[in-house]
Amino acid sequence: MTIDSHEEGRPLDLASFRQQLATRKGREYWRSLNELAESEEFEEAVRQEFPRQAVLLGSLNRRDFLKVLGASLALAGLTACVPQNAGKILPYAVPPEALVPGKPVFFATAMPFGGYGQGVLAKSEMGRPIKVEGNPRHPVTQGASNLFMQASILDLYDPDRAKSVTNQGQPSTWDDFVAAVGAAAGANAGAGLRILTGTVTSPSLAEQLNAILAQFPQAKWHQYDPVGRDTVRAGAALAFNQPVDVHYRFDLADVILSLDSDFLFREPGSVKYGRDFSARRQPTQSDTPLSRLYVVESSLTLTGSNADHRLGVKPSQVEGFARALAARLGIDAGGAGGEGVPGENWLDALAADLQSAGEAALVVAGERQPAAVHMLAHAINEALGAVGNTVVYTDPVELSPVDQLASLRELASDLDGGQVDLLVILGGNPVYSAPADLSFAEAMPKAGTSVYLGMYADETAALATWHVPAAHFLEMWGDIRAVDGTVSIIQPLIEPLYGGKSPQELLAALSGQGTASGYLMLREYWQANIAGGVQPTPSAGEEQPTPSADETQPAPSAGGDFETVWQQALSDGMLPNTSLAATSAPLQVNLAALPGAAAAPNESLEVVFEPDPTIWDGEFANNAWLQELPKPLTKLTWDNAALFSPQTAEGLGLQEYDLVELSLRGRSVTAAVFIQPGQPVGVVTLSLGYGRAQGGNVLAGTGFNANAIRTSEAPWFDSGLEVRKTGGTYQLVTTRDHTSMENRNLVRSATLEEFMQHPAFAQEGEGELPSLYDPVQYPGHAWGMAINLNTCIGCNACVIACQAENNIPTVGKDQVDRSREMHWLRIDRYFKGSPESPEVFFEPVPCMHCENAPCEPVCPVEATSHSAEGLNEMTYNRCVGTRYCSNNCPYKVRRFNFYKYVDDVSEPLKALRNPDVSVRSRGVMEKCTYCVQRITAARVQAEVEGRTIQDGEIRTACQQACPTNAIVFGDINDANSQVRQLKETPLNYALLGELGTRPRTTYLAKVKNPNPAMVEQA
Amino acid sequence: MPQIFPPRSNLFARTSILGVLVLLAAAVAGGAWYDHSSAVTKVGVPIEQPVPFSHPLHAGALGLNCRYCHDAVDQSAFADIPPAETCMSCHSQIATDRPSLAPVQESYQTGKPIEWNRVNQLPDHVFFNHQIHVNKGVGCETCHGRVDQMNQIAKAHTFYMSWCLECHREPEKYLRPLDNVYQMGYQPAEDQAALGSRLVQEYDLMSEQQLTNCSTCHR
Repeated sequence: MTIDSHEEGRPLDLASFRQQLATRKGREYWRSLNELAESEEFEEAVRQEFPRQAVLLGSLNRRDFLKVLGASLALAGLTACVPQNAGKILPYAVPPEALVPGKPVFFATAMPFGGYGQGVLAKSEMGRPIKVEGNPRHPVTQGASNLFMQASILDLYDPDRAKSVTNQGQPSTWDDFVAAVGAAAGANAGAGLRILTGTVTSPSLAEQLNAILAQFPQAKWHQYDPVGRDTVRAGAALAFNQPVDVHYRFDLADVILSLDSDFLFREPGSVKYGRDFSARRQPTQSDTPLSRLYVVESSLTLTGSNADHRLGVKPSQVEGFARALAARLGIDAGGAGGEGVPGENWLDALAADLQSAGEAALVVAGERQPAAVHMLAHAINEALGAVGNTVVYTDPVELSPVDQLASLRELASDLDGGQVDLLVILGGNPVYSAPADLSFAEAMPKAGTSVYLGMYADETAALATWHVPAAHFLEMWGDIRAVDGTVSIIQPLIEPLYGGKSPQELLAALSGQGTASGYLMLREYWQANIAGGVQPTPSAGEEQPTPSADETQPAPSAGGDFETVWQQALSDGMLPNTSLAATSAPLQVNLAALPGAAAAPNESLEVVFEPDPTIWDGEFANNAWLQELPKPLTKLTWDNAALFSPQTAEGLGLQEYDLVELSLRGRSVTAAVFIQPGQPVGVVTLSLGYGRAQGGNVLAGTGFNANAIRTSEAPWFDSGLEVRKTGGTYQLVTTRDHTSMENRNLVRSATLEEFMQHPAFAQEGEGELPSLYDPVQYPGHAWGMAINLNTCIGCNACVIACQAENNIPTVGKDQVDRSREMHWLRIDRYFKGSPESPEVFFEPVPCMHCENAPCEPVCPVEATSHSAEGLNEMTYNRCVGTRYCSNNCPYKVRRFNFYKYVDDVSEPLKALRNPDVSVRSRGVMEKCTYCVQRITAARVQAEVEGRTIQDGEIRTACQQACPTNAIVFGDINDANSQVRQLKETPLNYALLGELGTRPRTTYLAKVKNPNPAMVEQA
Repeated sequence: MPQIFPPRSNLFARTSILGVLVLLAAAVAGGAWYDHSSAVTKVGVPIEQPVPFSHPLHAGALGLNCRYCHDAVDQSAFADIPPAETCMSCHSQIATDRPSLAPVQESYQTGKPIEWNRVNQLPDHVFFNHQIHVNKGVGCETCHGRVDQMNQIAKAHTFYMSWCLECHREPEKYLRPLDNVYQMGYQPAEDQAALGSRLVQEYDLMSEQQLTNCSTCHR
């Protein structure tokens, strides 16, 4: 039983890698540098499909092993002899309105994220919310979602949530809190009252805040979001001398340039941007020509991965690039000729391409870049004529746009000066997330009394006098604006599990209204604002520097009486006609007057901070689904790391998994090294949200705290980073080499030009394989799936949607290291080309549902079988766990429960499970079922109604979540079905089709649209 | 030396070998019989309930349709146990002072559910759907028996998988016209074989192969 416990998550040895790369040919598409160099480590990992699977039995001798075996068999047999206890059955006393027991009910609500509302539909099973989807009627999400929306349901049931009001760390009650805070607030006309919120777009919350500021004229309202948009606001202010929101129309853009913008992930409108962008990436649709995306960026991001041309630069160099480009386009950008700018050879071709696209061109500046870059982007868009077409300006959606870092700085200095008697923090965990130079953790205790509304007993809660548990958005009433201004209504699906309160309820207590009902407050606010046309109370806070709500926000038009409008709003999840109209914003700046960019010395190492691709700013740090989700580009799980390019790491003598001390402006943090292909040379990327001290069991011991060296002067990038090896190492776990299918022709791609010449490039040399058997007929439905690699942006929403829908457990870092992650759907990430600037491809891999499935004949107990509609079924109660099926699966999509991974002990989590899907126990194989529960539900409905199932009626969880419609499921026997039509395009190909497995899941090869005139970067 | 065992000992030895075999067989048969007896399967064993509700009175004598109380049965996978409100729709006026109805009144007033004892329960890996069965002509009686004759409700069948498969393989033996689904003591007006095959056509039933796919019931 002593199988060699080979380390799957082994670090990369750079020196030998270089040597191997020099002597071997390497692979065209590769997933890790080890694979590229065909290193021995990689080959060894491939040979061991389940590395270290027997390590826990390794210390047993033969006799003990037989004892254990015998005892387990005896016990396993005994359990089958116990008759099931039938138990109790509890009906309602009085049933809720319109509820059919056993049928789900959907409620339209909105998820607050970074201050903006994402319209969602939440599914409730007998009063338990179990799944969150995009709201199809909502203009921003349009039925799609992102990974955070999908994972939010787990936060609701998180057993680690704060469960009681605490005072000085001791359990207290809401009533005591109301009494205490009501008395404290009014002291001295509120001179010592400070309220800290995130970005506020909620009209009713803004009115409440304004009313409090009117009630206590000396009080101050501060705003801070760790992943804030200060640079965007400042850029607009520079360009237009007024606050303006910028919206992009990627569906209208022919040529797009991103200046360090990760618009497919990071913008509040990313879900819509993803959909719009992918609508123009469909090579088989002749009516919509392919757009072309250029990305200049300082870290490898999702957006950069989807680029046709990508240039990795230092973050400080982006401004120089933008100036040089502006100069090429005839804009006087002040003293920048473009000499010495990286990507100089891009400029002419790029400028020409943008100019020829004219109003269909689009330049997007990233939130990471300073105001000057945003202003330059505005100027370029204006010069190209894109404004009004691909770029739309509106009034700000935010109710009080301020410079949030300045706002937080002011608060910190007031705290330091002892001017704060009562500090009220509405969420956000600033003790963890505030920039290090503000020393918020030292300043906060200087407030006389501090109140923190937060879901977890986190770092801020530990320092707060009062900690009030916050309500999850599925537990509260509220309103919020989406990024386009649409007022979305937040409505609860469940009573607060732990007595959580909404921000509105807490503010009501603060303003002396005691315990007010969140519902009545919201209803009264909108009754006043819809029916009577009454405007929100004007801002009374003299110190508000910006227009208050009533000046910038249109009142929703009143259509009919209030009750009708209100009921419709609750049903739709939003108020009609509340999106903001486009405004014109004349450019008002003299570009030449801008100060020249202070370019950092070239040899200096630069650091980039970015929101984490799975846990964001730490808001989702205690969410096990998101922690275990492999990050789209590094494939790291359960940790962040300092990302280095291979060249930089080599120059500094660093190996992967080395611990290094990163020092910046006198502060330092220790982090593990990870070598990321595509990372720009001389740039170290650190993601936020990790290295948390308090706030739950899931986040304990994960990652490194980037906030420790992040300052308010340079919140997104900085130069002068020093790196010192500490001599230690840290085990990072990445799935980059898991379930490898080696160097087979799995990802297929071509340029648009090649596609025009050889439309069937993806199918070359392939055809139907001969068979001795008659083909199996599928006379009824024949379910199949097409995955379009052209539109897949690698965002991971599908993986989490699958996890939520199918009760998939998490396994923990140690088990992921043993290749035991349970995701039924994984996204393989491939690189192509050089390690310094590779092309990136994403390939979601669910079960292929092969017609000739290799897993089926090897199962000794017929636990996996073939249905009459072509589904490859998995029957858990038959499975005895031989794992033969998994060994015989060429696609490596089967997942085995080595332990009882599912947490069926924590009470709250029991309510999370999808009742239509079995919860699997130890020793059982599982895999993607094409969401057979959804197929069954649709079939029952169709049969009862006496009709056939319509195309599009069944949508798998991954398909429904996908913001870009990259996954299409349906009946391939139906000639008009969307999936059939996709499969008939010349781009369609099967993975490992040469094996004759006849997979039902097929792929559309990727067509890129590079500029023919472009000289490729080395 | 005289023989210790007389010749008849051979007979004894043979008989005892045979006897052991017979005993073993009897033990196996007995075990199987016990396993299929109502002691294990609970078929026909009345189950005590907090309220002595009488199906013979309500479903039999009064002739209430099954769906008056089990109102989700044709709309949902779950047939629904009636909420106290349903009981009170009549019992707010009829037999209001009967002591046996006190738990119902209490539930209605306090909102606390009545804890009924479950009679039929399938294992967690089986996903049964009432809606499709009653809409495709499977009578309540086919699975639940003559509920109108059970003074205390009891399980009518084992609900073993083999029992389910009898119908999934040959549904024509069991189907009824939709008008008779909720009828107790239904007798087909014509030959069941002819009626059944006609109904299979009429209901456009899935093929036997589809009806016996694993994922039809397990997922």
